[in-house]
Amino acid sequence: MKSLKLNKTTRRNYLTYLLVILAYVILQILGSTGSISSSLKGMLVPICAYIVMAISLNLTVGVLGELSLGHAGFMSMGAFTGVTAAIALQDAIPAAPLRMAIALAVGAAFAALTGFLIGIPVLRLNGDYLAIVTLAFGEIIKSIFNNLYVGVDKKGLHMSLLSDKTSLSEGGKLIIAGPMGIGGIQKISTFTAGFILVMITLIVVFHLVNSRAGRAIMAIRDNRIAAESVGVNITKYKMMAFVTSAALAGAAGALFAMNYSTIVANKFDFNTSILVLVFVVLGGLGNMLGSIVAAAALTILPEALRQFSDYRMLVYAIVLILVMLATNNPTLKSFFSRFKPGKSHGKEAA
Amino acid sequence: MTFLNFLISGISLGSIYAIIALGYTMVYGIAKMLNFAHGDVIMVGAYICFYAVSRFNLPPLVGVILAMIVCTVLGMVVERLAYKPLRQAPSLAVLITAIGVSYFLQNTALLLWSSNPKVFPSFFVSGSGGTGVELFGGQLKISYVTLFTIIICVIIMLALTWFTGKTKMGKAMRACSEDKGAAQLMGINVDATISMTFAIGSGLAAIAGVLLCSAYPTLVPTTGSMPGIKAFTAAVFGGIGSIPGAFLGGLLLGIIEIFAKAYISTQLSDAVVFAVLIIVLLVKPAGLLGKQIREKV
Repeated sequence: MKSLKLNKTTRRNYLTYLLVILAYVILQILGSTGSISSSLKGMLVPICAYIVMAISLNLTVGVLGELSLGHAGFMSMGAFTGVTAAIALQDAIPAAPLRMAIALAVGAAFAALTGFLIGIPVLRLNGDYLAIVTLAFGEIIKSIFNNLYVGVDKKGLHMSLLSDKTSLSEGGKLIIAGPMGIGGIQKISTFTAGFILVMITLIVVFHLVNSRAGRAIMAIRDNRIAAESVGVNITKYKMMAFVTSAALAGAAGALFAMNYSTIVANKFDFNTSILVLVFVVLGGLGNMLGSIVAAAALTILPEALRQFSDYRMLVYAIVLILVMLATNNPTLKSFFSRFKPGKSHGKEAA
Repeated sequence: MTFLNFLISGISLGSIYAIIALGYTMVYGIAKMLNFAHGDVIMVGAYICFYAVSRFNLPPLVGVILAMIVCTVLGMVVERLAYKPLRQAPSLAVLITAIGVSYFLQNTALLLWSSNPKVFPSFFVSGSGGTGVELFGGQLKISYVTLFTIIICVIIMLALTWFTGKTKMGKAMRACSEDKGAAQLMGINVDATISMTFAIGSGLAAIAGVLLCSAYPTLVPTTGSMPGIKAFTAAVFGGIGSIPGAFLGGLLLGIIEIFAKAYISTQLSDAVVFAVLIIVLLVKPAGLLGKQIREKV
């Protein structure tokens, strides 16, 4: 009977997989019978992208324990490089799903590289200083993509900064047009692709968290000095979590971008980073299922509040504040903890 | 001469950042929270002053004072309703609440005052209608807005230094930021002190809002967010929690921004500003004037 006695974390992870698959199947069935509204249908891919964003940020904030305010920067990096790859390969690879997969991989690879380069300086800092530097990098990435011109012709890719100096030969095409972003994207993102990406993300994150490396990462979060003193290589494990998080965000960005016909750098600004952070905190730090639910619910919420028309963002803000106040209210907390046997109060007091 | 011109407009912009950054840094020092709603208090202040002056034809000075009163009250109310219940909560929860407050203020402004940009009136005009002084035979022009901004910033700086150094309330503020528990044992009313800090910070934000919109006269509900982020950066730049640090950080950030615009590229100026911030933090991880706290094992 040993195989049936899974430990708590494993049970929880399988439950997460199961729920995601279930949600996908239900939505597919509902979609094929035509009983979901077209507005919800249009939101399925962005929801998947935001779920991946939330899970990947949760890896940085919840598991590694460092606040990142520039997560949208990686999304931007993934979106622009991924879409550029997709457009450049449009003739070479006619099959959309394959091109899509390559675009996601390219986006993830470039975001990972950016994450690595940013990680070298960022991970030397701690706490709020680390947060502000990630914010700064997010803004820098946004600024650069706002002024980047990339074109493709027979000779390959051409790039220039600030103004269009790509001087493409005959038959060439400008892909990224500075502040105008990328236009004329083929919308090859599908809900199925999004679902697969969410599953891959979950598998990657769960395997990382439950590995030796994951335990090292959490040890760093809980007590950096203690972890260091027992021989955990702080920089290596921090970097591992940070780069994984960046790569997943890059893939999410590519998925997100290919759901729209145009994409501009200003879409991935500080507010997007904050939006994803809100998903993570509301879902619970380190709780991947929570991130998924929060990302899906909060992406739908502004749509669901459409009946309040002008007041919807106001209602959203009020809901956000009230939820934070309620979940941190000591009276409510002790009330709920009564229903959770085995959880002592000592933990919260610490 | 152009260099001097850029330097002066840099100092002026930096003065505005410094005033905003003071609000961030004081609140951070005492409540250990990043008050993301601070930028939106600036916007509220600017709107109040705009309506007071251009709709109700009040004199500009009355408009500014009104804006300060409204913002001070707003800051205290927000602190009481949204932040005080979370004093024991993890810092991320407080951060998200601050973001919620920021959304709330922006969207309330959107509903009350619509998204149409308002053109902020220029107060700083001399009796003969001039907008600035000319030196060196017209080669160096300094507008009255620039001059006033710099003077006001210096006054605020001196007043705050006196306040935190000499008055009882100021000393209480410093004590609370050092150690809240010990301060309470010494009979300091911690809640009142925190409330006071928010009040001062928000009052300063109102002044910053008026100055900002006098220099860059388009007013929309999101006016405060980018200067807010930049001022926050400035506060970290100078060492968050330190009042002279916020002043220095703000000034340097403004000067760097204007120079980057003038000599490197207008579009990439933000990138340059943030790149400088990153380099400074790598060399001095606690900011320019921040205290490097040794870790105890």
